[in-house]
Amino acid sequence: MNRLVSELEFEKGLSEIRSALEKLTKADPRKVPDLAAQRARLEAQYDQQLAAIYREIIPWNRVLISRHPQRPRFLDFAAVLFPDFIELHGDRRYGDDGAIVGGPATFQGRSVILIGEQKGRSTKENIMRNFGMPHPEGYRKAERLIRMAERFDMPIVTFVDTSGASALEEDEARGVSWAIAECLRTQAEIHVPIISVIIGEGMSGGAIAIAMGNRVLMLEHSIYSVIAPEACASQLWRDVAAAPEAATAMHVTAQQLLRLGLIDRIVPEPLGGAHRDPTTAALYLETALREEFSRISFEQFDWAQQRYERYRQFGQVTDTLSTTQKAPTG
Amino acid sequence: MRDKRLDFLRRGRGERFKPLPDQELEKLPDDVWHKCLGCRELLYDKDLEANVWVCPRCGYHHRITVHERIAMLSDEGSFVETNHALRSLDPLEFTIRDRSYKDRLLQAEKDAGVSEAVVTGVATLDGVPISLAVMVMEYLGGAVGSVAGEKITRAVERAHQDGRGLVIVSQSGGMRMHEGLFSLMQMAKTSGALARLQQAKLPFISIIADQTYGGATASWVALGDVIIAEPGARVGFSGPRVLQAIKVRLADDVQKAEFMLQHGMIDLIVPRPQLRGTVIQFLHHFKGHMRCAAQVVPSQANGSAGNQRRKDEK
Ligand SMILES: [Zn+2]
Repeated sequence: MNRLVSELEFEKGLSEIRSALEKLTKADPRKVPDLAAQRARLEAQYDQQLAAIYREIIPWNRVLISRHPQRPRFLDFAAVLFPDFIELHGDRRYGDDGAIVGGPATFQGRSVILIGEQKGRSTKENIMRNFGMPHPEGYRKAERLIRMAERFDMPIVTFVDTSGASALEEDEARGVSWAIAECLRTQAEIHVPIISVIIGEGMSGGAIAIAMGNRVLMLEHSIYSVIAPEACASQLWRDVAAAPEAATAMHVTAQQLLRLGLIDRIVPEPLGGAHRDPTTAALYLETALREEFSRISFEQFDWAQQRYERYRQFGQVTDTLSTTQKAPTG
Repeated sequence: MRDKRLDFLRRGRGERFKPLPDQELEKLPDDVWHKCLGCRELLYDKDLEANVWVCPRCGYHHRITVHERIAMLSDEGSFVETNHALRSLDPLEFTIRDRSYKDRLLQAEKDAGVSEAVVTGVATLDGVPISLAVMVMEYLGGAVGSVAGEKITRAVERAHQDGRGLVIVSQSGGMRMHEGLFSLMQMAKTSGALARLQQAKLPFISIIADQTYGGATASWVALGDVIIAEPGARVGFSGPRVLQAIKVRLADDVQKAEFMLQHGMIDLIVPRPQLRGTVIQFLHHFKGHMRCAAQVVPSQANGSAGNQRRKDEK
């Protein structure tokens, strides 16, 4: 575990121990005879405090973790889980979007199509990836790859991590709404299975556009929402400072959404979040995907029908003329 | 004393006209004149009404009620409302400070005079069987939650099941935040139902009225076989309040029907007085796979059918 990552606002209690640990790493072992013992003691203290903080975690804290700059991105997971992944480029109509990456790979001995939203880390990479906010051509590339999967009978795995689709003038001009809608309709039409994993931020239309899975998984500290909590707070509470309240009220966490039956599975993260131990996080995701694949591999099943039914049932309504209520999902 | 500024509510025309300042109201006789929101000209109500609330001078399209819209897009007496008793279950028990979403829904129903942000039903239009959905901006800004999504989906399914054409008039501020991810899921639900309708080769005429944003635009609105907008209708991805929250400023002409036409996103901009006739033309062109519609003969003058009928009504 990397105990030297920068703390989020609710982890401030760790910063003192962390700076002590940092000093130790720079210390000369010849001058500090009990270095190993000191470090072990500090690490134990750190872990204990970290566990205490994470036991009390509120939805807003997970919003912050999901956006942590060091959180593993789609390509970080892909490097571990799909070492033979080949990225394909372009939507064949306009351009190649950096915020959506996709192509074929092998998983469990089976050819699959991967599609993922990719945020950058450095400034240069963020510009190339438009901060993980896809342009219309990203969704059109995704749609092209979904059709490719259908043609060659390959299961699809999608990875969601976006603060939303890009919403600038150029995006309106190239029809961002149209690209998203068509991507959704195409997912409704195909017969191969789709597994969708929310790995970070799953914000609004830009997220669901590639997340119409037969199975939808969320990482333990990822979020999935109709709108960013800050935007909800500023509209409904008329106060952006109410974002933590809005996050709780909108049920944006994996734990809340699993209870509501809107997602199927939570993939655990190492203590303190995936960014503290990306290797273990990837291992947990691999285990979950292996289990998911054992259900879908080489099985004859009407995945289009299952997908239709999965989304058809979402929405809690009552017919006031009859006593039959549309039951919660799940 | 009667507050004339509230007259527009009593007459059930929503916020078509903004209230006038007091001094100007003094000069006006009751219920006869209105000031055009486009050119600010004073116009007789009866002239406006005869022109489906489009200003005869400047062409400004004032908001019309859901009932006026249904009358415009169905044969007289043919509309039968469906699923009007559906209500939200408030799955998140959403509360803003002390105000619950449940109370907000009751208030919205009182204010708008309808029970949800969309009214659906079956009808005929120039004899062609259709499934019709009309959204209602006055109800929570046309925000789409579980019920609106369910009603749209059922309207799609009804068209599919009966072999009808589908006509949806959209106007929506976006997805309803009070129902969280349930609202977002309506995008997948409606798109899934539309995929099946279109595989069955039944037509979907998507009509954009002012203003249409967010999840509505990025699902069913964009999936019409033909997409028609009213002149000047605001249409786009992120609504103004979301743009404000993410600190994006767009030029005024970007999220407009005319911009979308220029960029190839919609097929036509049709002034409201011609809308009925245009929709009828498409329904006749696309009725090949409709059931019980093959034998329907188009009325003699399709193009003017809308105007024709409106005169007959008087
Ligand atoms: Zn005018």
